[in-house]
Amino acid sequence: MASSHGAPPVFNNKVVAWIDHRLPIFSYIEKEYHTFPTPRNFNYFWNFGAIATVMLVLMIVTGIVLATNYTPHVTMAFDSVERIMRDVPSGWLIRYMHMTGASFFFAAVYVHIFRGLYYGSYKAPRELLWILGVVILLLMMATAFMGYVLPWGQMSFWGATVITNLFSAIPVVGDSIVTWLWGGFAVDNPTLNRFFALHYLLPFIIVGVVALHVVALHVHGSNNPLGIDPKGPQDTVPFHPYYTMKDGFGVVCFLIVYAIFVFFMPNALGEAVNYVPANPLVTPNEIVPEWYLLPFYAILRAVPDKLGGVLCMFGAIAILFVVPWLDTSRVRSCTFRPIYKWFVFVLLIDVIVLGICGAHPPEGWYVPLSRIGTIYYFFHFLVLLPVLGKIERPLPMPPSIADAVLKKKVA
Amino acid sequence: MRKFLVSGAIALAALTAGAVAIAAESEVHPPHMHWHFQGPFGTYDRAAAQRGFQVYKEVCSACHSLSLLSYRNLTELGLTEDQVKGIAAEFQVPDLSEDGQPIERPARPSDRFKKPFPNELAAAAANGGKAPPDLSLIVKARPGGADYIHALLTGYVPFDKLTPAQVKEFTVTKDDNFNLYFPGHKIAMPPPLSDGKVTYVDGTKATLEQMSTDVTEFLAWASEPHLEARNRTGIRVVLFLLALAGLMYAVKRQVWADKH
Repeated sequence: MASSHGAPPVFNNKVVAWIDHRLPIFSYIEKEYHTFPTPRNFNYFWNFGAIATVMLVLMIVTGIVLATNYTPHVTMAFDSVERIMRDVPSGWLIRYMHMTGASFFFAAVYVHIFRGLYYGSYKAPRELLWILGVVILLLMMATAFMGYVLPWGQMSFWGATVITNLFSAIPVVGDSIVTWLWGGFAVDNPTLNRFFALHYLLPFIIVGVVALHVVALHVHGSNNPLGIDPKGPQDTVPFHPYYTMKDGFGVVCFLIVYAIFVFFMPNALGEAVNYVPANPLVTPNEIVPEWYLLPFYAILRAVPDKLGGVLCMFGAIAILFVVPWLDTSRVRSCTFRPIYKWFVFVLLIDVIVLGICGAHPPEGWYVPLSRIGTIYYFFHFLVLLPVLGKIERPLPMPPSIADAVLKKKVA
Repeated sequence: MRKFLVSGAIALAALTAGAVAIAAESEVHPPHMHWHFQGPFGTYDRAAAQRGFQVYKEVCSACHSLSLLSYRNLTELGLTEDQVKGIAAEFQVPDLSEDGQPIERPARPSDRFKKPFPNELAAAAANGGKAPPDLSLIVKARPGGADYIHALLTGYVPFDKLTPAQVKEFTVTKDDNFNLYFPGHKIAMPPPLSDGKVTYVDGTKATLEQMSTDVTEFLAWASEPHLEARNRTGIRVVLFLLALAGLMYAVKRQVWADKH
């Protein structure tokens, strides 16, 4: 089985050839994952797409196993999770993999998004690819939120109460929407049942959007650290074995860190109070979401008005949809953007500061800090991104990828 | 321009550091203890956990349930099956007779630990309106974990030892139980342990410190009974992944050798 760019592959195996003639799955794999020309200059930031895919599969597999042992009922959910932890053979392993896996899935996706922001991967012709990515992020947030409700601990219950109550901020129909979401007049058994159903459904929708994300990626190929298009075969390498091997190595490195958390500190990223069964009559001292939602939670609470807070929180994600058009620079990669480069890191720090604010009650210093953080977040996208593209003078760019790679080698 | 940017970044970094510092100040930290079960090679100290079970059985179980555990689980702490049968048989549990009449029978190893009260309402009624928490997950359910449980058990301060400032700040009266580590300091539970409260079967001197440590070890096991299997598996998994990563890196370098 050998082929070069463009020419259809020839399969020596008769069965494979027979199938491929009728359903060209082998040609597809050959074209998209073997000979697919990929820029030769990826750094390790480009591993995180593959890592996120692995985490998605891992979450679905462990999730299905958990679902076979879980009971979505308010009087039994908590104990059924503990039964998984105590009595189901290796249940503790599956549950901790799933619980910690959510954090690591988000971590991988956040690095992936940061990579896109830094190297301008969202710019033409990859705007739809980026938008599909933001859709995946939104679906992940919804899935993670509903999954967190399922163990029916104190934070599950009160997190669900706080987040669903946000919709009551919508004028006129808000309260009706909340009742509709709950399936009653409080977070109760109908809420738990539908969250379980949706938590099982949404990951498969994510898989569908990921498929579209990959199809869109393979139309124009990947961006790269230089942000310039490959100009010929000297700028690319076939995806396999070059990037299958590099991605494989990256995935294993990521799994090492993941395994350390799963096996040695599985509860480090969670809230202790979620090991207390849900009690609608006792509110926990602090209601906080998981770490990966904290920056958005801080934005929600930074605004003194409820509706304003909700709009800002959703706006913080919605604004990502239009990033391809907010950025006016013709240069993709920050490697050649001497000023904007620094602001990407300032944005990163800003998001971390917001995350810290989100983890603490909105008192004292955290109030002004979260407000400054929120204003800066929107300032970055609405002012810096369009203005800097106009006034910044990009550095001179190398004529081709191969040129840059070989020059670096000499130097 | 660049200087301005750098100073902006430094200012933000300082803000981050400040936020972290504020976060650290506001919490009361229980003293950090060395536990036999901490770290990737941790195991439960069987002797301590067995003594801790004795403390639970003779003291805590008067008010606190341990509903997620069965008597059979005690074999994991090194008790023999006969010992577990004997312990279970000390308790009478409700059941139905063959003809469907409610009866009481001696507990079997497969039964869950008997609860001190028939239901949550009864538990609350007998304890000033609030049911004492179940202890099955208590070590995982409190920030600070084992350190906190140990600190709580040893952190009681008698009324006459309190400073006037403390009395005033927390409006403590003679009837309150003041605990250094309980959030808000006023705790409904009176000091449960004191020197010599139990007589250990293994002859260990039952000081407050000893009993608190032992019962915490027992409750840590109750919260996370598979910790030892988890640690063992984890070490194998991480070693395997490290070896695999080394192999992958070598192959990756080989594959890329002609491209650099």
